[in-house]
Amino acid sequence: MTPQEIHAALQARFGEAVLSFDEKALQPWALIQPDKIAEVAAFAKAEPALAFDNLMCLSGVDWPKETPPRLDVVYHLYSYKHDHTFVLKVQLPRDNPRVPTVEGTWGVANWHEREAFDLFGIVFDGHSDLRRILLPDDWQGHPLRKDWEDPELYNGMRVKPTPQMAERYAAGEKIGVGPFDFTPPNLPLEQS
Amino acid sequence: MDYTYELLARLITGFAEWPQWLRIATVALVTAFMCFNFMAVGPIIYVYAERKIAGFMQDRLGPMRVGPYGVLQTIADTIKLLFKEAIYPRGVDRFLFKLGPGLVVMGSFMGFVVVPWGSSLIPADLNIGVFYVAAISSLSVVGVIMAGWASNNKYALFGAMRSAAQIVSYEIPGVMILLVIVMIVGSLSLQDITWAQAGGLQNWFLWRYFPLMPAAFLVFFTAGMAECSRTPFDIPEAESELVAGFHTEYSGFFFAMFFMAEYTEMFVISAVTSVLFLGGWWAPHPALQSLAALGFPHVGLGPFWLVAKAWSLVFVMMWLRWTLPRLRVDQLMGMAWKVLLPVTLVLVVVVGGLVLWPVTAQGFAWDGYVGWPITLVVFGYLVVKWLQARRWVQRRRVQEYAA
Amino acid sequence: MSTLAPVQESWDPEALDPDTMILNMGPQHPSTHGVLRLELKTDGEIVRAARPHIGYLHRCFEKHCEVVDYPGVLPYTDRLDYCAAMGNTLGFALAVEKMLGIECSPYVNAIRVLMAELQRIASHAVAVGTYGMDLGAFTPFLHLLRDREKILDLFEWTCGARLLYNYNWVGGVSHDLPDGFLKACRGMIREYEAVTHPELVELLIGNKIFIKRTAGVGILSQELAINHDLTGPNLRGCGLPRDLRKDHPYSGYEQYDFQVGVGKGEYGPLGSCFDRNWVRVVEMAESAKIIQQALDRLEKMEKTDVHEKVPKRVKPAKGAEVYFRTEAARGQLGYYVVSDGGVNPYRVKVKSPCFTAMSVFHHLARGLYIADIVALLGSLDIVLGEIDR
Repeated sequence: MTPQEIHAALQARFGEAVLSFDEKALQPWALIQPDKIAEVAAFAKAEPALAFDNLMCLSGVDWPKETPPRLDVVYHLYSYKHDHTFVLKVQLPRDNPRVPTVEGTWGVANWHEREAFDLFGIVFDGHSDLRRILLPDDWQGHPLRKDWEDPELYNGMRVKPTPQMAERYAAGEKIGVGPFDFTPPNLPLEQS
Repeated sequence: MDYTYELLARLITGFAEWPQWLRIATVALVTAFMCFNFMAVGPIIYVYAERKIAGFMQDRLGPMRVGPYGVLQTIADTIKLLFKEAIYPRGVDRFLFKLGPGLVVMGSFMGFVVVPWGSSLIPADLNIGVFYVAAISSLSVVGVIMAGWASNNKYALFGAMRSAAQIVSYEIPGVMILLVIVMIVGSLSLQDITWAQAGGLQNWFLWRYFPLMPAAFLVFFTAGMAECSRTPFDIPEAESELVAGFHTEYSGFFFAMFFMAEYTEMFVISAVTSVLFLGGWWAPHPALQSLAALGFPHVGLGPFWLVAKAWSLVFVMMWLRWTLPRLRVDQLMGMAWKVLLPVTLVLVVVVGGLVLWPVTAQGFAWDGYVGWPITLVVFGYLVVKWLQARRWVQRRRVQEYAA
Repeated sequence: MSTLAPVQESWDPEALDPDTMILNMGPQHPSTHGVLRLELKTDGEIVRAARPHIGYLHRCFEKHCEVVDYPGVLPYTDRLDYCAAMGNTLGFALAVEKMLGIECSPYVNAIRVLMAELQRIASHAVAVGTYGMDLGAFTPFLHLLRDREKILDLFEWTCGARLLYNYNWVGGVSHDLPDGFLKACRGMIREYEAVTHPELVELLIGNKIFIKRTAGVGILSQELAINHDLTGPNLRGCGLPRDLRKDHPYSGYEQYDFQVGVGKGEYGPLGSCFDRNWVRVVEMAESAKIIQQALDRLEKMEKTDVHEKVPKRVKPAKGAEVYFRTEAARGQLGYYVVSDGGVNPYRVKVKSPCFTAMSVFHHLARGLYIADIVALLGSLDIVLGEIDR
C-alpha cells in the first residue's frame, strides 16, 4: 500500500486522532494524537490490510527551539506481510512528556521505550518495567536533551577530566570533538 | 621395589647388614623419590607437548620464544606460578582451601604406585592393584569438592558439584571394565595382568574376544577421560561457562598443583589403560623386548614400551581435547548412565560367560590374527594422512598471495 | 498471542525461594561477548529467569553525532559494531546520500559491495568461531581467525586500518583499491572456499556433540522473532527468508546472484541455536560467491574517481529526515538521521540489530541450563558496542 492509502485507512478508523500527514517528505509520516497512539498501533498491527507486525525503530527527538517546545517520539513501522513501511509521530510537551506504551503491540518496544525514557525522560504509561537501560541506575538527568549539561561530579568522581577543561566547557567552548583535543589524565580531587 | 633394593645393595656397602626396618624405609623412600620425580617432571613435558600439539592442530606454532622451539616455556611458567602471590579471597575456609589441592594431587600421584614398568620394576606390586587404582582415583573428587566449597564462590561450587557427579558416574563403567579384565586374568595385580599378555602384539587384551575387548577399551578410555575431566568431559572447569570452574579462586602455586594433578592423572589413566589393554611393558614383538639385537641383552626396554604406549594415549587425549566441543551436564550424565553402563553390563556378562566356557577361555580363534593387521592398517592410515597434510601445507604455501 | 506477557519477577536476593539462587554472569566473563551482565535466577543448573543489564559500553554515540559534522560521524559509526565496521559506515553513508539525493558510480558501488561482503565473512568468522569456543571446540576458532587475518590484511592494504576503517564516505569511499588487490583477494577467497569452509562444516557444524548442544536449545518462533524485531541471521534461522539485500537492494546488490541462507530445522525444531548458526555458515559461503562476482565485475569495469561524488560540504535541507536500513552482518542496521539544515546532524538514532536481539533473551532463557545460556547468547551473536552505542 502506498503511504497515502495507509494514511487514509488510519484516518478512516481514527478520524481526528490522526492530526496531520506530511506526504512531501522523503518518508511520509503521520502525526498522531499522543493518547491514542496505543490504539493506533494495535489497529496498525491487527488490520489485515495494514499488518504492521514489525516496529523497526522507536526514537525520541528533542525540539526545544520550536514553538511550543516539544519532544517527538517517532515510530517506524514495517510489514513483513505486505512489505510496506510507514512512519508515525507523536509530539509531546517538553515539560511533561507522557505517552501510552506500545509494548503490548510490539514486544521490542519494551527496550526501545526504556531507552527513550533513559535518554530523554519520556514517560511511557503502562510500561511494565520503565527503568534506565543504558545509563547507570542512579544517574540524574536525561542526557540526549539539547539542554543537557554534564554534571560536576558523579558519585564523587569528576565527570570532566580536569578543572581547566571544566572551565573551558562552562565558557561555551566545544571541547572534546576536535582531532587534536588533548585530554590530560585525571587529576586527583585535592589538587583542584 | 625389588629393583631399588638390588640397586641400593650394590651402591651402599654393607646395606644388607642394616636393620630390617631401616632397609625397608630406605628402599621405600628412594623408590618414592624416584617415582615422584618422574611423575612431577611429567607435567612439564605434557604441558609443553599440549601447547605445541594444540598449536599445530590450530595451524599455528605454539610456544617458540622461551628456549629453542619454546622448550623452556613450561619451566618459565612453573617459576612464575611458584612466585605468584597466593590469594585467599574473603570468606574462604582456609583449611579446606589449602587441603583441596593437596588431596587432588595425592589422588593422581598415588595411582602411580601400582603401575608396572618392567618385569621387576614396580614401586609396589600390590595383589589388589586394580582395586587400588579405582579407589585412589576417587580420592581426587573429595579434593575437588573441598576446593569448590571452600572458595566461597558460586561458580566454583558449580564446578565442584559437576565434577562430583561426573567422576562418580564415570567411575562405574570404568571399574566394571576393570572387572572384565580381572575375569580374564584371574588376578587383581597389574603385574599379573601384564604377564598374561606376554608374547607380542597378538596377545594383547585389546584383540581378545574381538570385537568385545575393543569395545571395552573404548568404554574404559572414555571413562578414563571423564575421570581426568578432559574435554569433551571438562565441565568441572568449563572455561567458557564457569570462568574456571572449581579452581576459579586459586592462583599461583595452588593452581600449579591442580594443573600438575590433571596432567599426572592423564598419564596414570593412560598408563593403566596401556597395562590393561595394550600389553603393559611388553614390546609388540619379543625381539624388541631388550637391546639384544644391538648386543645388550640385559638392557630391558620394558619401561620404554610402557611410556611409549602411555604417551600415545596421552596424545590421543590431547587430540580429542582440541577437536571436540564440550558435552552439557545432562548429556554427559546421560551418556554415562544410558550408554556406557548398559554396554559395560553386557560386556561383563558376555565375557564372563566366555571365560567360563572352556572353548573360549583364552579368547576367540581369530584373536591372534587381527592384532597385527589392524595395527598396520591404523599406522599406515596415520602415516598416509600425515604425508597428505605435509603435501597440502607445501601446496598452500606456494599459493599464498603476494601482498 | 504475539507478545509474552511480562512476568513480574522479584530480583531481591533476600526474598528468594529456598531452592533458587541468583547467579551473576557478570560484566567480566569469558563468553558474554563483551561487557554484558546477566542476572540469572537459577534452581541448581536450570535458569528460572534471566535479566540482562547493558550499558557498560555506552559511549554517547548519539550525543557525539550532534556536535560533529556528517563526515565526522562516520568514524564514530565504525565503533558501534566493531567486529563488522564496514557495514556501519556503509549504512550511514547511504542514509545521508539518500537525504542528499546522491547516486554513486557503479565502480564505487562494486567496491562497497566487495568490502561489505569481505567484512561479513570476517564478522561471521568471529561469530561462528567464538560460538564454537564457548561450547568447548577451540580449534575452529583459530582456523577461522586465520582467514579473518587475511581479510584484515586486505583491508589494511586498502585503507590502512585493520579493524575500524572509516572507509565508506558520503558519496564515495576513502581509498581506491590498490594494484594487485583483485588478484590477492581472488586467491584468498578461493582458498577460503576450497579449504576453510569445508573444514569448518566438517569439524564444527557436523560434529555430533555440537549438534546435541545447539539443536533443541533456544527455540525462537517466527512470531516472537518478528515481534521483537529480530533480523538478519536470527530471523532467517526461524525459517523466514527475508534479507534486505534481496528485498530492498542497495548499492547495486540486485546485480549479484546469491542465495539467502535459511534455517531448515533438520536436527531439531526450527529456530534453534543450530539454525541461527547454520544461517551464518551458509552466509559465509554465499558472501564468497558475491565476492567472486564483484571481483569479476571490478576487473572489467572502468575505474572512476572514488571521491568524485563526495560533496565538499554536507548540508541536507532543513527538515529532511530519513530512516535507512542495511543488512549488516548481525541483522538490519537502521539509521534515523534528522537534519535541521546545519552542517551537524540534528539527531542520529541507530537501531542496532543486537539491541533488539538482546530484548528477546529473557524470553528464551527460561528453562535452559546454564551451559545453554552460553549457547543461546553465542547464537544471537551480540556485540556490546552496538547494543550500548
